[in-house]
Amino acid sequence: MEQQHERELRQYVIDNFLFGQGGSELKNDDSFMERGIVDSTGVLELVAFLEEQFQVKVEDEDLIPANLDSINNLLLYLKKKQQSLKKRNPFIRVEGLAESA
Amino acid sequence: MCGILGVQLLNGERVDRTLLNTMIGQLHHRGPDATGFYIDGPVGFAHARLSIIDLNGGHQPMHNEDQTVWITFNGEIFNYIELRNDLIQKGHRFRTQSDTEVIIHLYEEKGEDCVQYLNGQWAFAIWDKKRDKLFMSRDRLGVRPLFYSLTTRGLLFGSEIKSLLAYPGLTREIDLQALDQLFTFWVTLPPRTIFKGISELPPGHSLVSERGQVTIRSYWNIEYNSSNDSMSEQETAATLLELLTDATKIRLRSDVPVGAYLSGGLDSTVITALIKKTSVSRLKTFSISFEDKEFDERGYQQEASSFLQTDHHEVRCSAQDIGRVFPDVIWHTEKPILRTAPAPLFLLSKLVREQGYKVVLTGEGSDEMLGGYDIFKEAKIRKFWAAFPESKIRPLLLKRLYPYLENIQAQSPAYLKAFFHVRREDRLSPFFSHLPRWELTSKLKMFFSEDVKSELKESHAYDELRELLPSNYSKWDGFSQAQFLETMYLLPGYILSSQGDRMAMAHSVEGRFPFLDHRVVEFAAKIPPAMKMKVLNEKYILKQAVGDLVPVSIKKRPKQPYRAPDIKSFIGGDTNAVRHEYVEELLSADRIQKDGIFNPNTVQSLLEKARKGRAIGVKDNMAFVGILSTQLIVDQFINRVIGRRQDGTAA
Repeated sequence: MEQQHERELRQYVIDNFLFGQGGSELKNDDSFMERGIVDSTGVLELVAFLEEQFQVKVEDEDLIPANLDSINNLLLYLKKKQQSLKKRNPFIRVEGLAESA
Repeated sequence: MCGILGVQLLNGERVDRTLLNTMIGQLHHRGPDATGFYIDGPVGFAHARLSIIDLNGGHQPMHNEDQTVWITFNGEIFNYIELRNDLIQKGHRFRTQSDTEVIIHLYEEKGEDCVQYLNGQWAFAIWDKKRDKLFMSRDRLGVRPLFYSLTTRGLLFGSEIKSLLAYPGLTREIDLQALDQLFTFWVTLPPRTIFKGISELPPGHSLVSERGQVTIRSYWNIEYNSSNDSMSEQETAATLLELLTDATKIRLRSDVPVGAYLSGGLDSTVITALIKKTSVSRLKTFSISFEDKEFDERGYQQEASSFLQTDHHEVRCSAQDIGRVFPDVIWHTEKPILRTAPAPLFLLSKLVREQGYKVVLTGEGSDEMLGGYDIFKEAKIRKFWAAFPESKIRPLLLKRLYPYLENIQAQSPAYLKAFFHVRREDRLSPFFSHLPRWELTSKLKMFFSEDVKSELKESHAYDELRELLPSNYSKWDGFSQAQFLETMYLLPGYILSSQGDRMAMAHSVEGRFPFLDHRVVEFAAKIPPAMKMKVLNEKYILKQAVGDLVPVSIKKRPKQPYRAPDIKSFIGGDTNAVRHEYVEELLSADRIQKDGIFNPNTVQSLLEKARKGRAIGVKDNMAFVGILSTQLIVDQFINRVIGRRQDGTAA
């Protein structure tokens, strides 16, 4: 499942921020900010995408580069989110996240 | 205010009047009231006149007593009355009441140094028959435009590039280095223009063409020197007000009625107040209001207008309007732009003209001279924060800086810190203040085609700018350096041209700018930065100077930069459809491929994102407007012989 998330995230970043360019050069631990991929609006676009695609709620305190600034950080963040959801309610099934649990 | 044009042939061939007529025809909008020609063998001048001073006597080209000195002149010399009196004392005989004739006699008296005595906004060419010399000059700050081209046959010059392109055989090609500059600094660095082989005479420069040699030299420089801080705050404010009052007063000299733009901001309100102070008649004021609340400043405009009791008129501007007039706008800017903000000003000058007005005073120049722009504040905060990088509180000041930008307001301190992070090498850069803007803009180059990218591989926009900096630049404080960059580049290259002269003259309207009176500019350059921006209070000294001349609410309001809807002007509505056919046509993959400047795939991806309503960021918006306007330049000036698109309907 994590592989699928990775594919979806990569595709989103390539389409939405790189307009289809240089996808093969994008490494999973590349910082979006250092590479100039994401600006202040980009962060909000990214949040909207996460909430829409993975049905997670990104809290204000989650808005930090450690969660959102690379494909790897995003994957970790999604995993963390999903685990905390499970902890709060072991019976909850979250679309797209549940299977990787 | 007018359009000027000229040709100087090198091979002794006589200038063809029909050709001059065709070329000046391109400048009809600048001077619809009369056309004049002067030909002296290989030298020919043409003039399209907008009559403002000495309506009956001011025809051009004009000559001296014995017809050995001829001029074609665009602009206004505001101190012409004082200069005329001096010249009469010295024995010069005048045939007209015009300011044009004053330049001729002053040139006879002082030669090329005559420009040092002029207070005004000008672009002119003088043919000195006895010396076989062509002398051209452009005002200190670049209010009026002047372009030239050196070809194998000779020298061509004109107020707008389109008049030069009407000369047969002139190459029509995009200068890729200039494009690179525009997609970095928002402007091309003069003498470059977006067209290869066509140059812009830089502001504050003169050009002499004599015996086949062309020399260009600077006659004026801005010198920031706040060591003269013996003046108290009170004295500084009083002197500033005195200078501004006189600068406004002499800018009311006109034989036709003069109006004012009232944006709802401090600067235009100050100018309107100063006009009211010196003239008793009911003043007409003009403003733009937006349907979109995000950009609208109608409330403040009405407040200023009722406080100052003006006869106020407004043009209501929708996103569709901007999209509709955009091809016309680019026909006039003659260069790509990254924001649509000029378009509403195009609609505003139309309103002014319809009201029977030819002249307006505006507040341009205040932000550059007195420290109003956010970029100055941003630099100050970044510097303040860089001094204590671990501070959690300091970056929060950045939120105060952009209260109108929702995406900044939504950021966590960690992200603010990341976005405005000051790198060690940035602190030492001569462009410290402008790096965030220029680096963001440079990102748009990702849309260039592979060919253009490879052509520009070795090109570094910053290097060319570094070469242009004055030798004492490094000695100035950071605030003054930032002011210099705004004043020398963005002001003439965008604010006064794409957003100023070109939009006003599209409907034969002349703008006049009291804040750009050289006495005001020179005085402002000596005011200590701390008086311009007190802590984070911008234009503090101006607010002190004007006292209760303007409403308190206008003095206290948060500064809002003038902006207009960008992508929304072209794509929108319930279905997020492309609103105008020309946009589909010029951004189609085929067309992008054929024109060769941008990458068809990335442009399609951007278009797709915009169609989904997801292109909301500054970068996406700038990219869209930059690509579309570049495509309009290629379409109207390169692909077509006679350029203008016919789908614009507003002209």
